[in-house]
Amino acid sequence: MITGRFFAAGADRRIAITIFMLLAVAIIVPLLNLVVSPTSAFYVPSYIVALTGKYLCYALLALALDLVWGYCGILSLGHGAFFALGGYAMGMYLMRQIGSRGVYGNPILPDFMVFLNYKELPWFWYGFDHFWVAAIMVLAVPGLLAFVFGWFAFRSRVTGVYLSIITQAMTYALLLAFFRNDMGFGGNNGLTDFKDILGFNVQADATRSALFAASAVMLALAVFVTWAIVGSKYGKLLMAVRDAESRTRFLGWRAENVKLFAFTVSAVMAGIAGALYVPQVGIINPGEFEPSNSIEVVIWAAVGGRGTIVGPIVGALLVNAGKSWFTGVLPEFWLFALGGLFVAVTLLLPKGIIGMWDSWRGNARALRAASAAEEAGTYVDPAPPKIVRAAARTPGEWSSSNPEPQPAE
Amino acid sequence: MSKSNTILYLDGVSVSFDGFRAINNLSLVLDKGEMRAIIGPNGAGKTTMMDIVTGKTRPDEGEVFFDGQVDLTKHDEAEIAMMGIGRKFQKPTVFESHTIEENLMLALKGPRSIFPALFHRRSAAEARQIDDILGIIRVGDKRDELATNLSHGQKQWLEIGMLLAQDPKLLLVDEPVAGMTDAETEETARLLKDIARDHSVIVVEHDMHFVRELGVKVTCLHEGAVLSEGTLDFVSADERVVEVYLGR
Repeated sequence: MITGRFFAAGADRRIAITIFMLLAVAIIVPLLNLVVSPTSAFYVPSYIVALTGKYLCYALLALALDLVWGYCGILSLGHGAFFALGGYAMGMYLMRQIGSRGVYGNPILPDFMVFLNYKELPWFWYGFDHFWVAAIMVLAVPGLLAFVFGWFAFRSRVTGVYLSIITQAMTYALLLAFFRNDMGFGGNNGLTDFKDILGFNVQADATRSALFAASAVMLALAVFVTWAIVGSKYGKLLMAVRDAESRTRFLGWRAENVKLFAFTVSAVMAGIAGALYVPQVGIINPGEFEPSNSIEVVIWAAVGGRGTIVGPIVGALLVNAGKSWFTGVLPEFWLFALGGLFVAVTLLLPKGIIGMWDSWRGNARALRAASAAEEAGTYVDPAPPKIVRAAARTPGEWSSSNPEPQPAE
Repeated sequence: MSKSNTILYLDGVSVSFDGFRAINNLSLVLDKGEMRAIIGPNGAGKTTMMDIVTGKTRPDEGEVFFDGQVDLTKHDEAEIAMMGIGRKFQKPTVFESHTIEENLMLALKGPRSIFPALFHRRSAAEARQIDDILGIIRVGDKRDELATNLSHGQKQWLEIGMLLAQDPKLLLVDEPVAGMTDAETEETARLLKDIARDHSVIVVEHDMHFVRELGVKVTCLHEGAVLSEGTLDFVSADERVVEVYLGR
């Protein structure tokens, strides 16, 4: 029934196009990398595959944030924590795959444990030599943390800026914890020097292409899931909680559960993004918990347009492409550029790129309709503000109208 | 006083915020099927009383019973709403970025948990209910309009419509005609009288003309307690009521 809606609704064309493009990219880019000869003009070099694969993981993270921020008004400044936890779960699997090929040649203990005089594997590393255990942990650990954190935060009705601050505190606390050597996660060096994933060499071009394709497919799936959630009655409720939380309570809805579900789903998506990210960049360390990383995710979503599904993806890709270029040209000014970008977007494009595009197109359509009606001889009020607003929103029921962050009650 | 056959029963209720007694030993009884108008100057405790009934505020002391037997002080907002108490806020509060139809759909009586909502498909019965309510609140032609584009008066009606969709036993309606034109006020009085035929209703209102239109028993609150109770003529003839309103 959901798929029926998916293919039927013309208003959701943009989502369909996005999914189609992601799936196409998942096939074409690996082909251009592996099959086409390096001398050809169409050849995609391996470093580009790795770089864009990384961007796709960032896009997935931005989409995860958008589900809670854009659609439910929960400004999480700690989404990097869920990303990093998913990454660590994958990193632990990759560490166990090294086996006796490490510097110290210990078949069980990863190098850093030998170095730190561990006698045996800590209990929480058990099972990580199996991919399926790691895969479950990638979903379960961020999901569980988000569930427990959200349970307490939403039940105590912590909202607005206070919630943002405690999410920030959460990721900072995890940063400090993972920096400690005796946590058993490799301290500040983190986990690196990976060899194999599922028996394939992580450095090989074919593996990198496969990881790229997996990231693109996963992002396409996440777009579909987010679209299905947002378009359901629950999605309407999510936006209702964003716009008038107390009204939903007096209608009998449990606003805390509404938020908790979205927050947990979002954290799981962020965890998957982290898990796909780590084998592509070859390292995971506590720096991923850095609060500034989480804030950067907010900027991606804001630039692209929160409360739209495609926006955060566009934002993440554009800002990161900009970052790669900028840090090559003027590395010391990147942070200023990023800060300036955030200020500029907030002032000039409050709805982000996609939001602006929608209102611009809505305006154009209303004007066209008005002039067409005039030619036909019937008088239509030329683009009254009402029509403009309504038209701006019809391109997709998922494109929310006014996703302003709600002040704390 | 017997609790049976009452829809709402408040006895000796007090609540204070930072030492300020917003409600002071308030007792109020509403019979099943009754409509009551509550008047009183600003700060008389009208909204606080609604907060207590709907579970937003816990009273410091006193009894609050719904339907003769349910102790409301032991439940929270969502539970109380599910028991059948609907509330319209003073400032019209609707879901601005949803259409009128979606607003009503979210309010419709039904399961209130996440997973049914996630896989919910609208049934024919629900569509019919929504159509009925759209007719009652007189915005049927605007069903696909976003709520944010409605006039103030239409938002008030939409909110009343959402209350009806909940199918509550008791409606608490806070200042339903604030900001309405005279014609809209009359319409609203007619609408509420219609609703009162098969619901119990409490209306808080400043507009005396509107209260007269309703033609029901009136309770005047002052400083968190009942000052006077009876017909509007009786209450407005009461010396003390005149005094608090005119400040003599």
